[in-house]
Amino acid sequence: MDIPYTTTARPDTGLWNAKIGIWLFLASEVMLFGGLFSAYVFLRLDALPGYWPHGLLNVPVGTMNTAILIGSSVTVVLAWAALKMRQFNRYKIYMGITILCGIIFLAVKLAYEWPDKFQHFGAYIRQDRLEKYEEYLGNHHMLERGLEPRVEITGHLHNHDALHDPNIHEYEVQLDQVNAAPTDPASDRPHFWPLPKSQKIAVIEKADVEHAEMFVPKHNTFFATYFTITGLHGLHVLGGVIVFTYFWLPIGANLYKRNPEHLANRVEVAGLFWHFVDLVWIFVFPLFYLL
Amino acid sequence: MNETQQPTATEVIADGHVKAGHAQEEPMHDDHSHVAAHVNKYLMVGGLLLLFTGLTVFLSYVDFGTHKMNMAVGMVVATIKAGLVAMIFMHLNAERQLIYRILVFTVFFVLALFFLTYLHWYDPISR
Amino acid sequence: MDVSTDLVSHHHAGHHPHQHDSGHDHHELGWWRKYVFSTDHKVIGIQYLITGLIFLLLGFTLMMLMRWQLAFPGRSLPLIGNLLERAVGPGAMPDGRMTPDFYNSLGAMHGTIMIFLGIVPVAFAAFGNFVVPLQIGAPDMTFPKINMASYWAFFVGGIVMLVSFFVPGGAAKGGWTSYTPLSVITDKGGIHHWFFNGQTLWLVGFILLITSSLLGAVNFITTIIQLRAKGLTWMRLPFFVWAQLVTAFLLLLAFPPLEAAIVMQLMDRIGATSFFMPTGLVVNGAAVAISGGGSPILWQHLFWFLGHPEVYVLILPGMGIVAEIIANNTRKPLWGYKSLVFAALVLGFLSFIVWAHHMWLTGMGSVVSAFFQTTTLIISIPSVIILSAFFISLWGGSIRFNTPMLFATAFLPMFGIGGLTGIPLSFNSADLYLHDTYYVIAHFHYIVAPGTIFALFAGIYYWFPKATGRRMNEFWGKVHFWPSLICMNVIFLPMFLQGMLSMHRRWYDGGQGWNIANEKVWGLSGFQWNVPISAAAWVMGLAQIPFIINFFWSIKRGEKVNDNPWQATTLEWAAPSPPPHGNFAVTPVAHRGPYEYSLPGRERDFTMQNEPIRDSDREAYAAAAAAHH
Repeated sequence: MDIPYTTTARPDTGLWNAKIGIWLFLASEVMLFGGLFSAYVFLRLDALPGYWPHGLLNVPVGTMNTAILIGSSVTVVLAWAALKMRQFNRYKIYMGITILCGIIFLAVKLAYEWPDKFQHFGAYIRQDRLEKYEEYLGNHHMLERGLEPRVEITGHLHNHDALHDPNIHEYEVQLDQVNAAPTDPASDRPHFWPLPKSQKIAVIEKADVEHAEMFVPKHNTFFATYFTITGLHGLHVLGGVIVFTYFWLPIGANLYKRNPEHLANRVEVAGLFWHFVDLVWIFVFPLFYLL
Repeated sequence: MNETQQPTATEVIADGHVKAGHAQEEPMHDDHSHVAAHVNKYLMVGGLLLLFTGLTVFLSYVDFGTHKMNMAVGMVVATIKAGLVAMIFMHLNAERQLIYRILVFTVFFVLALFFLTYLHWYDPISR
Repeated sequence: MDVSTDLVSHHHAGHHPHQHDSGHDHHELGWWRKYVFSTDHKVIGIQYLITGLIFLLLGFTLMMLMRWQLAFPGRSLPLIGNLLERAVGPGAMPDGRMTPDFYNSLGAMHGTIMIFLGIVPVAFAAFGNFVVPLQIGAPDMTFPKINMASYWAFFVGGIVMLVSFFVPGGAAKGGWTSYTPLSVITDKGGIHHWFFNGQTLWLVGFILLITSSLLGAVNFITTIIQLRAKGLTWMRLPFFVWAQLVTAFLLLLAFPPLEAAIVMQLMDRIGATSFFMPTGLVVNGAAVAISGGGSPILWQHLFWFLGHPEVYVLILPGMGIVAEIIANNTRKPLWGYKSLVFAALVLGFLSFIVWAHHMWLTGMGSVVSAFFQTTTLIISIPSVIILSAFFISLWGGSIRFNTPMLFATAFLPMFGIGGLTGIPLSFNSADLYLHDTYYVIAHFHYIVAPGTIFALFAGIYYWFPKATGRRMNEFWGKVHFWPSLICMNVIFLPMFLQGMLSMHRRWYDGGQGWNIANEKVWGLSGFQWNVPISAAAWVMGLAQIPFIINFFWSIKRGEKVNDNPWQATTLEWAAPSPPPHGNFAVTPVAHRGPYEYSLPGRERDFTMQNEPIRDSDREAYAAAAAAHH
C-alpha cells in the first residue's frame, strides 16, 4: 500500500504531505516557545526593581554563537539548493558545514557558557540591609542617575563551603567590577567585553542575605528562564544535528540514488525545522544577552 | 503566492466542477536555473542577518533614553531578522495558501497567549 | 491487545481483493508488526480504543472508591479496603479507612485519567484513527510511523501515570489542575524519592501524553487535508471529520503552552527554580529556601490556556459521532450542515480566548473580567447552534431507536443541561459563590459523562460492525443504556443542590463536619445526599458489565452483518468489514454530500457518497432548491 502525495504535490493543495506536516509541527513549536517567552515577559514585568539582572551573560560569545547559527541556516538552504540542482558533492559539503556549526554551537553552550555561569556567585541583600553594603551597591549614585537600584552583589565565591555549611556565617566574595566600583559611571551600563574580576574582596554576612546562590537555574527567575529556554533550544539543535547527520551519512544519502527528489524534500523539511530553531535564537539572543 | 502563473494541474471533479490547482514549483528538473538564481539571494540574506546581528548588539549599548525604548528597538531588529529567515530561508514569500492559513491561526493564538501577560500587567490586583 | 488482533484479523472470504496494491507488504509482516507495533490506522485506532476504555474504567473505579469515603466518611471500606492497602502500600488505607492523602490522590488521578487517558484517547485518537481515513476514502494516515509513535507515547505516558500509584507517597495529590505552589511543595522530602514521586511522575507522564497528542494532531490534519478521496470537497466531508479536524487544531495549538508550563513546573520541583513560586513563601511556619519572584497565576494562565480548549477537545468528537448517528437513524439529511461546520470552527476559534473564566477567584480587575465574561457568553452561541441543529434534525424523522441512537439521543438533553448550567458560572459574580463547589462538578460532568461518554458508547455500538463485521447485541445494549442514563442523573442532579448549598468539591469528609452541608434540601441534608449519589455510582459501575460482556462476546459471536448494516451514506461503509490493510478495494470517488438520506427518486432511502449522480438526483436537488426559496 502506498500513501499518496509523499513526494508529489496534491493538485488542489499544491503541497506534499511532509511539507504540511512540518508546518503544523512548527505551528505547535511556535506555541511552545510562545508559552516560554510569555512566561519570560510575565516574570520580567513581575520582577521587583533591581531583581531582573542585566549584563550577566557573555555577549561576545553569544554574538559568535548567533553568527554560527545564522551561518548554518545559510548552508542548510544551500545544501537543499544543491540537491535541487542535483549536485550531490556540494550537498555533502554544505550539509557537513551545517552539522559542524550545530555541534560547535552546542559545544560552546555546554562546555563554556553554562559551566562559566555555574562558577559565578551572587547574593541578594535584604531590603533593610541595603544601606550597609552601600560601598558595593552604590544605590545613592544609582538614584541620582535615575537608574534601577542594585540589590545583588556578585563575584567569585572564595569560601565555597559557605553555601552549604550552616556554621559559616559569611560569604567571602571576590567582587565583579560593577560591585567593586559601583559609583564609577562606567559601571552604570553593561559592557560588551566582560570585565575581569576586581581584586577587592567583600565579606557579606549571611544574616543580611535574602537569597544567595551560584548562577544556576534556581538563582533567580532570570537564570531559571535562561537555562530552561536555552536548554530546550539546545535540545532542538541536537535534534536537528541528529537528523542532518542521518541524511548526510550513506544510510540516509542512499536515498539520493533511488529518488533524489525525495531526499531534497526531506532536507527541505528538516531545513525548515532548522530555520525555525535559528529564528527562536534570534529572539533569545537579545532578550537574554543584551536587553 | 505565484497566483499569476498558469495552473499546470487541473483536477476535474466527478460532477463537472473544475478545480484549478497550482503546481508551478513542482520538483522538476527544469527549475534548476530557478534554484540557482536563488543561491545568491540566500548568501545575501545570510550577510544581512549577520549585519543585523551586529546592529542589535551595537544598538543595545546606545542610550535611547529609557530601557523600554531599547527593548522596543531590539525587538524591532529581531523581528526584521526573523522576518528575513521566515520569508527567504523558509520560502514564506512564495508559499501555498494553505500554509498561510495555518500560520494565520497560529499567529492569532500566540497573540492570545501573550495577551495573558498584558492582562497581568493591566490587572491592578496581581501587579 | 489480544482483542485487537481478532478485531482486524477477522477476514471475509469474498471481501479481500488483492488486485489492489494493498496486498504485498501485508503478508510479510510478523505478528508483532501486525498487531502490536502496527502502522495500520485501524489497528492503532483499536489499540487506542481498548487502552482508553481500560483507563476509563480505572478512572471510574477511583471515583467509586472516593464515593465510599464521601457517603460514609471514616468508615472502613468492606472487602476492598484491605486489598487496596496491600496493593498501594500501607498508609493509603489503614484498616480499610481512606487517608486524606490517598483521597486526594484518587481525586487528582480520577480527573487526569478520565480526561487525558480515557476520553481524549477514545474520542479523538481511537475514533479519529479508525473512522477518519475510512470516511475520507484514504488508504491510511499520511504518516503511519508517526501514528504508531503517537500511540506508544500515549501508552508509556499512561504507564508512568499508573506507576505513580505505587511509588512511596502515592500518586499526585494536587488535583488534575496541579495548581502551584501546592503542587511544587507536595510529594517532597521524607519517604519521597526526588524523581519517582507522584507529582513528578505526573509531570513526566504528561509530557509523554502531550507528545502523543501532538503527533496525532499533525497526522490527522495532514491526512484530512491531503488524503481526501477524489470529489470529496470540504463541504462534502461528514461532520465527524470536521469535528476531528477542529479538535486536532485545538490539540496542536493549545497543548504546547501547557507543555512549556509543565517543563517549568518540573524545573521548579527538580531544579528548585521559582517560575511559579512567589517571593516570601512560608510553608508550615518556615520560609521556603527559594529565590522567589515567580507567579502562581502564571501557571493558572498557562494551564487554562490549554484547559479551556481541552473542554472542546472532549466534546467536539462526541458531537461529531452524534451527528453521524442522528442523520443515519432519522433517515434524513442532517439539518443545517453548513451552520454546524461553521459553528464548530467558531467554537474552536473562540475556545482560545475564554480561558480566564476558570480563574475568577484570582481576583482579576473589572475590565479583564468583563472581557472574558463577554467571550464566554459568545462561545455559548455556536454550542447552541450545534445542539439546536441536532434537535431539529430529529423533527419529522422516522427514527430508528437502536442502541447507538438511544445513546446519541440521550446525549442531547444531557449536553444541554451541562451547557446551560455553565452560563451562571460564566458570570464573575455568580461564580464567586459557586466556584469549586459540587455545582461545578455537576456542570462539567453533565457535559463529559452523560454527554461525551454517551457519545463514545454510541460510536462504539455504531462502528463496531465496521471493525469486526458483526453487530453488538441490541438487547444487552439497551440493558446497558437505560440503567446508565438513570444512574447518571441520580448521580449528578443532586450535586447541583449540594453545590448551591456551597458544598466544596474537595471536602474529604463529604461535608459531615460542616454546618452548611447539614442544611436540608428536598428531605435530605447536603451531606446525606451523598448516599444516593454514591449508590447510583456503584449501580452504574454494575451497569457497565453488560457492555463489557457484549463487547467481547460480539467480537466472536455477534450477529454477522454486511458491509453497510446501518444503511449509511458515508464512505467508511463502502469499505469491506473489517477493512483490509489499505482499506478500499477500489479507491472511492465522492459524488455527493455526506447525508443524502431519503433522496426523492431513489429506490433506497440512502444514497452513498460514492454513488454517481443520476438525472433523478438532479431533479431532486432542483426541487429542493426551489422549495428553499
